[in-house]
Amino acid sequence: MSRPPTTHARPESPVPVMDLARMEEADAFAQTVKEFRQGTYPEDMFRRYRLQHGAYGTRMTSDYAMIRIKIPAGQVHPAQLERIAYLSEQFSINSAHISTRESIQLHWVVLEDVSEVLRGLAEVGLTSREACGNAVRNVMCSPTAGVCPAEAFDATPYAQATARFFIRNPLNQNLPRKFKFTYSCCEQHGMARIADIGLIPQTRTVDGRTQRGFRVFVGGGLGNKSYVAHQLEDFTPEENILYTSIAVVRLFDRLGNRKNLARNRLRYLVNQMGWDKFRNLILKERDLVRATQSVVVKMPVGPPIPEITGRVHISHRTGETPAGYARWLKSNTFAQKQDGYHTVFVGLEAGDITSTQLRTLSDIIQEYSSEGTGRVGFNQNIAMRYVHEDDLVPLYSRLLESGLAKSGALTMATPIGCSGTTSCNLALTNSHRLAKEVQREFLSRDLDADDALRTSSIKISGCPNSCGQHGIATIGFYGGGGRLGGDMYPSYMLSLGGRADADAVLGQNILRVPAKRVIPVILRIIEIFRERAQPRDDLKSWIHRIVMGGDDITVPEIRNMLSPLTTPPTMDEDPDFYADFGSDSSYHTKTGRGECAA
Amino acid sequence: MSRITSDVDTVRSGIRDRSLTVVDVRMPAEYKAGHIPTAMNLPLRTLLKDDSPETVARLAGSLGIDRETDVIVYDDTFGALASRVAWTLEHMGHRTVSLLENTYSQWSSLGLETDDTVPDASVAAYNPAMNDNILATHNDLESPSPNTILLDNRERLNYLEHHIPGAMNIPYRMLASRDGILRDPQDMRRIFENRGIRSDSRIITYCGSVGTLSGLAYYALRTAGMDQTRLYVRSFKEWRDLDKPVETQPDANYWDLSAE
Repeated sequence: MSRPPTTHARPESPVPVMDLARMEEADAFAQTVKEFRQGTYPEDMFRRYRLQHGAYGTRMTSDYAMIRIKIPAGQVHPAQLERIAYLSEQFSINSAHISTRESIQLHWVVLEDVSEVLRGLAEVGLTSREACGNAVRNVMCSPTAGVCPAEAFDATPYAQATARFFIRNPLNQNLPRKFKFTYSCCEQHGMARIADIGLIPQTRTVDGRTQRGFRVFVGGGLGNKSYVAHQLEDFTPEENILYTSIAVVRLFDRLGNRKNLARNRLRYLVNQMGWDKFRNLILKERDLVRATQSVVVKMPVGPPIPEITGRVHISHRTGETPAGYARWLKSNTFAQKQDGYHTVFVGLEAGDITSTQLRTLSDIIQEYSSEGTGRVGFNQNIAMRYVHEDDLVPLYSRLLESGLAKSGALTMATPIGCSGTTSCNLALTNSHRLAKEVQREFLSRDLDADDALRTSSIKISGCPNSCGQHGIATIGFYGGGGRLGGDMYPSYMLSLGGRADADAVLGQNILRVPAKRVIPVILRIIEIFRERAQPRDDLKSWIHRIVMGGDDITVPEIRNMLSPLTTPPTMDEDPDFYADFGSDSSYHTKTGRGECAA
Repeated sequence: MSRITSDVDTVRSGIRDRSLTVVDVRMPAEYKAGHIPTAMNLPLRTLLKDDSPETVARLAGSLGIDRETDVIVYDDTFGALASRVAWTLEHMGHRTVSLLENTYSQWSSLGLETDDTVPDASVAAYNPAMNDNILATHNDLESPSPNTILLDNRERLNYLEHHIPGAMNIPYRMLASRDGILRDPQDMRRIFENRGIRSDSRIITYCGSVGTLSGLAYYALRTAGMDQTRLYVRSFKEWRDLDKPVETQPDANYWDLSAE
């Protein structure tokens, strides 16, 4: 392919932007807030209404909201990123936060300003409708769907169709609890087994014709009690996906627990009833759905995404390759199945991104991605795809200028941290800050470049409710309070060996680790691994073997090796031990009413 | 009522027929490098060194401005610096002072004429007639008249950290539009009304230290028809220096959510 020296043509986005927004909902929200403040709209009803429109309460105050913007299938247009930047400057804290479920959150928004944000979002086709509350939440899709070398086909249009079908659909406006769909590209890159319904594309040949379908997983999820999902059947053909989805949502609506808030997700229903029985119910219900649905009800799958052929040209490669490029290339990018193209993950800290960075990213995506859109990823990050390999060096330089080139985005050096005590009502610890501290430690020790650690993960939740997905982490933590005599200190339960791929299993709880000992404990685990593992091991496979009981080191031995690090000093010996990260006063647990903020 | 803001066309025709005086409040070096034709330079920094009525009157007089001069003020800092100068003149009883709706950058990016010559100024006598109805002091905040709404125009995180008790936070960034220093009045009114601020509300605005951000808010409120607005010009800095009580948002590590 020949390329002119310095052309720079911004591509027309070849992908249609999803527009699920409705401007009138912004006006209605403003009016409802007024009625609530005047006392004519009952508080419990208002809370439900607010959540349905994607606005959570905030830690210790309902005068501020967190607005969760849904990004269906994770696909986000540059103009949308720019708008989120603008709104965060006007109504939030000049930063946005990327969640683990492909949503982008604006925190500390004054309740009375929420309608203005909804208005601004609707203008660019974004909505927070049903981003919270007891409905079908943001439909996720693997950020590598369409470019993953291992996938059967691109799941993106199916994920978007699912989002389009369920939003505002009366079928799911008052479920017993929230409901999550996740589409994956392949077995390895997926979260399909920890969703209420998870789907992985597959094909089979029938009468010489290739038939598209999915492996459908039901009843998984992370939370106070976590479960890995069950596979419904060997092959679910694409025309059955909508019927299956409707059937499961209907069953959940009918049979789910509406009394016990702590036990009302689908996974509890499945577990309580037993998988075989529930599976039979799904198959029967699906027949019923198929027989009774109007023929008009179809999966609104959009046209196939056109092949990306055009190519954005940036410039001649001029100047030197900046330091750190090779390290970044290895830990933040991968080669797509499309020849010559790379997918690049932008490195963030615990999903936080400033408005300035969002703007820069919006520009960079237009300049460097031949696809012309970004994809929000599974790990509080954003990917840009279809970057030509010749453009990787200039792209790196550009990212470097804006603080977006942190290496290790696809390694355990970038931990997940939920919002914790920065804004969440339920949080017991500042998991958010801890994730950043761990990342800084890893990068300063160059651990992102260590091949043996690459495939592992660290995920941190500020309470047992798993928004930080600790249950599927190689090394996971969830927050709580510890006590020595009368003094409280922040602390975490360590779990080991969780994973969400084809060998999905939940992590095993090992021991409680004081917050200020979390980093030493992680480093000690790596040290033991280096001393004791087999030459062919990586950290993930070694830990997997230990928790499965297949190694000469046992879980109790690991516990014994780590436990000396967890002994609390007295308050006099080390006052800092008794303060959480980001706080200089001594620690006390405090929680408000949960609305389940991730 | 005199106009609160002036659009580009008004300013250009006023320059042509010499019916108004344009005031540039940027630093002298910026001013000398290029400014709106005929503009006089009254740097905010100079004014802030001593903003007593006598000094400001002398300063304005030396630029040929008296209380009757139709003055248009602009800056290149989203209108906040211009607002503080405009408010000071208004406080001294100036008859007609308004803000250019755009910043200098916006003016030049529209391709409008600029100039780097410094016009000659005739000297005028400026006789202040103080208008304390638009000024608030810390005494007003300690014993406010009933139903006074106190607005803090700093950024959200600063506000959460500490603010004057009872204040409501409207960060200055909420006030701007995409292409001008202020939203259009209808938008502005809707946003204020969502917050329970009405045209008959008594309002006091403040910000971090010298009344620039809150000066912009003062004018934003005025364009939205909130005429009973006063500026606590010494703002939070004085409040802290006087050791007055502050309120804080407790039990949340909100700073850790910022990516800065």
